[in-house]
Amino acid sequence: MSGFPPAFLSSTSNSFVELARSLAPEALPQTAGRDLAEQAPEGTTIICFRTAAGILMAGDRRATIGNLIASHSMEKVKAADDFSVIGIAGTAGVALDLIRLFQLELEHYEKIEGARLSLHGKANRLASMLRGNLGLAMQGLSVVPLFAGVDDSTPHGQIFSFDVTGGKYEEHRFHAIGSGSGFARGALKKLWRAELDTAAAITVAVEALFDASDDDSATGGPDFVRQIAPTIFTVDLDSGVTEIDSATVLETATEVVDRRTRSARS
Amino acid sequence: MSQAPFYVSPEQLMKDRADFARKGIARGRSVVVLRFDEGILLLAENPSPTLHKIAEIYDRIGFAAVGKYNEFETLRQAGVRYADLRGYSYHRTDVTARGLTNAYAQTLAGVFTTESKPFEVELVVAELGITAESDQLYRLSYDGSVIDEAEHVAIGGQADAITASLAGLRTSELGLAAVFDHGVAALAAATRSTLPTEDLEAAVLDRTTSRQRTFRRLDEAAMSALRED
Repeated sequence: MSGFPPAFLSSTSNSFVELARSLAPEALPQTAGRDLAEQAPEGTTIICFRTAAGILMAGDRRATIGNLIASHSMEKVKAADDFSVIGIAGTAGVALDLIRLFQLELEHYEKIEGARLSLHGKANRLASMLRGNLGLAMQGLSVVPLFAGVDDSTPHGQIFSFDVTGGKYEEHRFHAIGSGSGFARGALKKLWRAELDTAAAITVAVEALFDASDDDSATGGPDFVRQIAPTIFTVDLDSGVTEIDSATVLETATEVVDRRTRSARS
Repeated sequence: MSQAPFYVSPEQLMKDRADFARKGIARGRSVVVLRFDEGILLLAENPSPTLHKIAEIYDRIGFAAVGKYNEFETLRQAGVRYADLRGYSYHRTDVTARGLTNAYAQTLAGVFTTESKPFEVELVVAELGITAESDQLYRLSYDGSVIDEAEHVAIGGQADAITASLAGLRTSELGLAAVFDHGVAALAAATRSTLPTEDLEAAVLDRTTSRQRTFRRLDEAAMSALRED
């Protein structure tokens, strides 16, 4: 053992991905070399919209393999850092690896540079990581992230969607990705309005995910048997990223289900 | 015509290098790292608000340095790279201060004996334990020697004076405000000056936080509040 590898001392990069690619390529997610799309679990609906304070992002908890449910409790929305969130639809293994790598990329930059990347800088970094992942996407193992957050120059928040080629698009009101996204987006078109407060925003998120799970077999609804609620995160400039605790979400889900039950009977 | 060969004994060579490094370090201002009841306080006399002497390496590991800025900055970045790569390859809990300290020690020792000029730096690597008993403080010298300390550790030109004024104090039994005052008093006594708050740089590794990353910088307002308490 003789201290740090020379590259640790001479490197000028602030990117963790670049560092890992040059020093430990085996640690990074790689192409498997054959088509695995039929056996890999897939994650499904993620929604994101603007609120009065900032941003809300939510995702269901189901992962599927073909017609089977692979997981009831997968978390597909996570905090990327203190002021941004990321949600991923697509092949779960690659998606979770990409999230972990992206979280570390932001943390690494922050520690090396002593400052946070701007929100647009983070989104561009994510886009370039997706381009680097193109080999996997081509074999059918595609992951499509949704990224949102706030920073000093965009205090009201910004939502970014991406495609598998690394294309980056700014969304101005709301967006949804994954197999149930069409239904969720339909719901958001009717329910979303500017200046939603946090409680109202949680209700809108639950309604939209409920609609997605109603019509898309790969999206899970609120699970009252196992007490599994959709993951919901809010982001604003004052308190940063906050995860809404599952008891609150389940309570809102109960109200939504009750309301719908009543209107179905009457 | 070539110069006549001359002989320098290894003792003399090492002594010259050590003197050189010590002189460089003695020019700089000091840093002191102190345990308190709910964490570890890193405290430096540093008029610059942007060129830090104290930094975060990983979730529970802090770094403090004195000496030549470009040299300890290189070592700090190497530490961040080491920790992030290790945490990504294995798990976040597998990154330890002891492993990092070993890497620093080997690198410092290697440069001290083989390069034309030793690093003019002293470092502290601090790890916040899950419980107070498992807190760790390591002091590293320019030649790669390592000392682990129990309560507090000072580095830099006035290290001996600071250690002397804190001698016998069990800071791990005191609260943050009290330990902060002791630390500032020791730094001020060593330089025989009153230290204005804007000349201080401070950060804590906080055991009570619910965040994964326990390192938190104290801004001027937070430091003023601690000094008034």
